[in-house]
Amino acid sequence: MSEGAAQVAGQQQTQQPAAPPAKPDPAQTHVEKEFKYDKSPFISCRFDPTGRFVFAGAEDMTVQRWDLATGAQASLAGHSSWVRSLGFSPDGATLYTGGYEGRLVWWPAAADAPAPARSVEAHAGWLRCLAVSPDGQSIATGGNDKLVKLWNAADGAPVRTFTGHTANVYSVLFHPSGQFLLSGDLMGQVQQWEVATGKLMRTFDAKELHTYEKGQAVDYGGVRSMALSPDGKSLACSGLHKATNPLGAVQDPLVIEFDWESAKQRILHAPDAKTVAWRVVYHPEGFLIAGCGGTDPLLLFLKPDQDKEFFRFKLPNTARDMDLHPDGLRVATAHFDKHVRISRMAAKAG
Amino acid sequence: MRTSYACRSPEHFIARRRFLGQLAAGGTLVGGLGALVRPAAAEQLAKSQKRILCFYMAGGLSQLESWDPKPGTDTGGPFRAIPTSVPGVHISELLPNIAKQMQHLTIVRGVNTKEDDHGKGNYLMTTGRRQTPAADYPQLGAVAAKALAPEDAAIPGHIRITPGGGGGRSNDAAYLGPRYASISLGGGNPPSNSARDASLAEAADVERNALRRRADERFLLRRRSALTDAYTYSYEQAQALMQKREVFDVTKEPEQDLNRYGTFDFGRHCLLARRLLSNGATFVQVTHSNYDTHNENFDFHLEQLGEFDQSFAALVADLAERGMLDSTLIVVISEFGRTPRINHFYGRDHWSAAWSVLVGGCGVKRGGAFGKTNAGGTEVVDNQVDHGQLFHTYLSAVGLDSTGTFDVAGRAMPMADPATSAIKELLA
Repeated sequence: MSEGAAQVAGQQQTQQPAAPPAKPDPAQTHVEKEFKYDKSPFISCRFDPTGRFVFAGAEDMTVQRWDLATGAQASLAGHSSWVRSLGFSPDGATLYTGGYEGRLVWWPAAADAPAPARSVEAHAGWLRCLAVSPDGQSIATGGNDKLVKLWNAADGAPVRTFTGHTANVYSVLFHPSGQFLLSGDLMGQVQQWEVATGKLMRTFDAKELHTYEKGQAVDYGGVRSMALSPDGKSLACSGLHKATNPLGAVQDPLVIEFDWESAKQRILHAPDAKTVAWRVVYHPEGFLIAGCGGTDPLLLFLKPDQDKEFFRFKLPNTARDMDLHPDGLRVATAHFDKHVRISRMAAKAG
Repeated sequence: MRTSYACRSPEHFIARRRFLGQLAAGGTLVGGLGALVRPAAAEQLAKSQKRILCFYMAGGLSQLESWDPKPGTDTGGPFRAIPTSVPGVHISELLPNIAKQMQHLTIVRGVNTKEDDHGKGNYLMTTGRRQTPAADYPQLGAVAAKALAPEDAAIPGHIRITPGGGGGRSNDAAYLGPRYASISLGGGNPPSNSARDASLAEAADVERNALRRRADERFLLRRRSALTDAYTYSYEQAQALMQKREVFDVTKEPEQDLNRYGTFDFGRHCLLARRLLSNGATFVQVTHSNYDTHNENFDFHLEQLGEFDQSFAALVADLAERGMLDSTLIVVISEFGRTPRINHFYGRDHWSAAWSVLVGGCGVKRGGAFGKTNAGGTEVVDNQVDHGQLFHTYLSAVGLDSTGTFDVAGRAMPMADPATSAIKELLA
């Protein structure tokens, strides 16, 4: 067992998330609600930790907020490029957004008309991903400058830079212990860093998520998202494989699960579909949900011991991001057709 | 096709014998073409000889991610526009190094070619004419080789550097004949079989070539044709090329230059282009691949243009510093541009109605933008041009009368589409 794995295993015993109030039934998944924004397609979405709002980044460089109960909409303008990354303080009071212009912005999440409270020029080139530490004191960002950076959430001061990736950084994730930070890149390499020191602890090799297509001379794929299982024993990385024509969007989705302790691949979830697994999350019940966009827009429901999905829900339009509501029953998806959709994993009411 | 000079006129016969005789008298394999160029004359020729450096952005470069950005619009995508060395001219933030060289370049923003097919788009942008079943036309490189390359040029007049593939000649000279067809340097490697086989002694090689020439000479007395001429020329040029093989060896360039250009394939290819142009090449086309980004257009342009920006900017700066821009026309083309509409894969599709070409260097006005598209980039609103006009413009820029003709077996073949003409506003 590696040094990192040993410490993580110990921490995990006290980090079990609370059980959801109701059991989800993926087979009953249906679109419960749609929020439309006339001006622009969406590229990202997140529920806030209180579960009151859904936020979505749009191609018009704004972030749109909807109150799930009332449908009240607010527009957040403060970026000069697309916002792909959204994160929150643990209490949900502060929204953090990362834009493709490289800027990290702080917002009062629940304000009537949220305006930027602070902004930091965080990366040279795209800021592709962000994560907030479990204690809410730090924000991690990754970008096209191949760097991972740590910021003080209270004042925006730079804390640390993690160097070592050889390609654009696509995703970051804090371990629930707060001791470790994971970052995944275009080449399918996931680095585990010690937050306090910046030391590289080990690497998870998810090279199946990267394709170099020689005829087209392009690198494609990447670790598009990461998630840790509720029991702390597995790390899931999502993206794509079988990219026979990257420029033409011909690929299949792939979710790789690693054994956390050994850092070895445990299973490849390879559903038969022409799509990209933009995001994967673990449900507190132990199964995985992958939000997929492409030719086949899908929610894929995966069990940790099966390579194919146990259920797939066909979405009405290409999904580009996905998030699980704190209630464990609802899923938000950000769509190309200018909608944010809320799907419920339960039978339709009435 | 028989040539008209198969008449066996005394003048021609003498000239031909003299030519072949000089080749033989050279005493080495390259008595041939190289021996005809005296050093001083070659130097003078090099200064005055016009050249074309063409970049082919295979697949269809997005004008919105390069020369005609529309940030903040619903078609603009995520990238921003940045200022350039030319006040008032902005280009995509993906091209920060090229932005510093903009004083040497001009963007043609009003291109409308009305052709969204790869093959047909390639044809019309490289030949200046629309493809028809009735006729085939020579590509720009073949026209340049025919009209600009010295008869006794030691290296081929029409060279293409491609990302992969093999070497050899292509079939892109149409009625101008195989002599002007391109030689491809696949992967930036020297022409195929250009090194003498180790098992063949130099003396034996000299002897067998002398024998070939004698046989040629005898054969040509009665059976000369365009094809036999091309055959003979190919042999002689091959001999010259073997002697000049080092010209194709980019590893002879300083390492610091390679670092400036980029230690990736395209960087090496651009450095090779500089080497070839500096050694008298008339037309060099460098292909960069691949821009056919129906999927994830922004990631792929970021990836590809990162290379292009570094290498192309370094090459333009070097040509300027070496005083070669006054004799070298730079052209950056694709088969078409890409749709303003962003599709559901984050891609852009084929779009020929309003896109951009870049020119620079010899014979063109530098440091500006010609033509204009509307706010969303969906149509040309000012100074619309097409492939035919551009083709005329390239030729005019290097001092040719683009309305002139080639004499092909007694037939006058227009150098460029006679139905159109050069863009005068672009010419210096």
